[in-house]
Amino acid sequence: MNDDAPIIQASGLNKFYGRFQALKNINLNVKQGERVVVCGPSGSGKSTLIRCINALENHDAGRLVVDGIEVYEGSKQIRNLRQEVGMVFQQFNLFPHLTVLENLTIGPVRVRKLNKQDAERNARKYLERVHIPEQADKYPSQLSGGQQQRVAIARSLCMETRIMLFDEPTSALDPEMINEVLDVMVNLADTGMTMVCVTHEMGFARKVADTMVFMDQGEIVESAPPEKFFTEPETERCKAFLKQILVH
Amino acid sequence: MSTAAPQGYVRPQLPLISRIFQTPAASVSIYLVVVGLIVYSAFNGAQAMGYNWQWYRVPQYFYTLTDDGFQWGEISIGLVKTVELSLLAFFFAVILGLCVAMLRLSGLVVGKAMAVVFLELVRNMPLLVLLYLFYYVLGPIFELDRYWASILCLGVYHGAMVSEIFRAGINAIPVGQWEGARSIGMSKPQIYRFIVLPQTVRFMLPPLTGEAVNMIKSSAIVSVIAVAELTTIGRNIISDTYMSFEIWFTIAAVYLIVTLILSIGVSVVERHYSVH
Repeated sequence: MNDDAPIIQASGLNKFYGRFQALKNINLNVKQGERVVVCGPSGSGKSTLIRCINALENHDAGRLVVDGIEVYEGSKQIRNLRQEVGMVFQQFNLFPHLTVLENLTIGPVRVRKLNKQDAERNARKYLERVHIPEQADKYPSQLSGGQQQRVAIARSLCMETRIMLFDEPTSALDPEMINEVLDVMVNLADTGMTMVCVTHEMGFARKVADTMVFMDQGEIVESAPPEKFFTEPETERCKAFLKQILVH
Repeated sequence: MSTAAPQGYVRPQLPLISRIFQTPAASVSIYLVVVGLIVYSAFNGAQAMGYNWQWYRVPQYFYTLTDDGFQWGEISIGLVKTVELSLLAFFFAVILGLCVAMLRLSGLVVGKAMAVVFLELVRNMPLLVLLYLFYYVLGPIFELDRYWASILCLGVYHGAMVSEIFRAGINAIPVGQWEGARSIGMSKPQIYRFIVLPQTVRFMLPPLTGEAVNMIKSSAIVSVIAVAELTTIGRNIISDTYMSFEIWFTIAAVYLIVTLILSIGVSVVERHYSVH
């Protein structure tokens, strides 16, 4: 595959919930190693868009190709796709009946068919990477929100995916825990991982984003590099939004 | 500040007689008096009809110690049969219940319809009629003897109840657990096996225990087709000895003890699962 070809390629995506149109004609290309931050008011379709990328939601029209895999409802390739696309959720979605280590190894062992020792060695390596190697044998409920979210990031890393999706990873966290998660994400960005983040953390966006995408009412209204996006947004909607969230 | 009367709503004091009746001492004594009266009148009634109590003859039905050594009595053997029957039927009910619950949750139109029809059929039919159906209708067709006919009947009847327990348990797992598992590429069977079902155990243990207790109790009904279990044995002993009072009391106590042991055992297991 040509390295310059986009790893995520969406053209004309549409998604409906009943009569409500959540995505309107979305065109988005993400290159290998590109960091895209998606922002916009709530209900603008940001989460829906990234949930379509790993087929947690199915789009109703348009074409979506992720890592060379054509994504459509009922495709047999969906599970292969998900092995290449990690996802971090707002509510962590860790498995409460498994220890941290088991949370990290269940995917590699059951899906990738890795043997247990290798999976555990890998898991400990990634726990180190998210700065909580000492929590391996605890249960998720014994950790703080920030630690849980870092475990969730490590769980995706353990699958050695080529793309990571973040769905408002810091929105459910207490303010003092946001930075520890963002630090991990910044480090991850530095490794060259392809990332698509839905977030309201504009400081983080400025630091890591290659491309800012602004969505409103199911459309991509504006898409620009951060320096241009934050200083001279083109549309009124985007200006209004930035004014809202940057006012403090 | 003066001590003013309390402001706002003041609960009116109950009349003295109500207050006396609400003390624990009064409740317990009333309870004892009522139970005593019932026992006394039953005993009196039995005396009046000239009932000849022969409790001393009961222990031999549990075990005998003769020159031949220790031997289990009929009630003990019947108890083992009841437990065996209930265990087999419960095992079958759990498998069937799981299948029906998954069909119902599968999203397949036919699967869902099948599950609902099965549930409504079984739930709206008396257990006794279901048993007759299995023994007199399905029995000859599929060459089931009375033992297997009763196991299948109990399994089907309780399988319907168990499937509802499974369904509720599976639905109690937050949707995020599914999404988390799907996002790391797990297949649906893997998600059920490694993520969802282990977590539902916690929710399902109490109602499943209730169902197991029900199963043991409803297993008594197979005595109508003369399957050798506790109730049938009780009936047989009575027809031999005419000790209906003693034997029915004893049989009732045996059922009670078995179900109590079961409930206590499960609450221990439950504590184990609620650690984290």
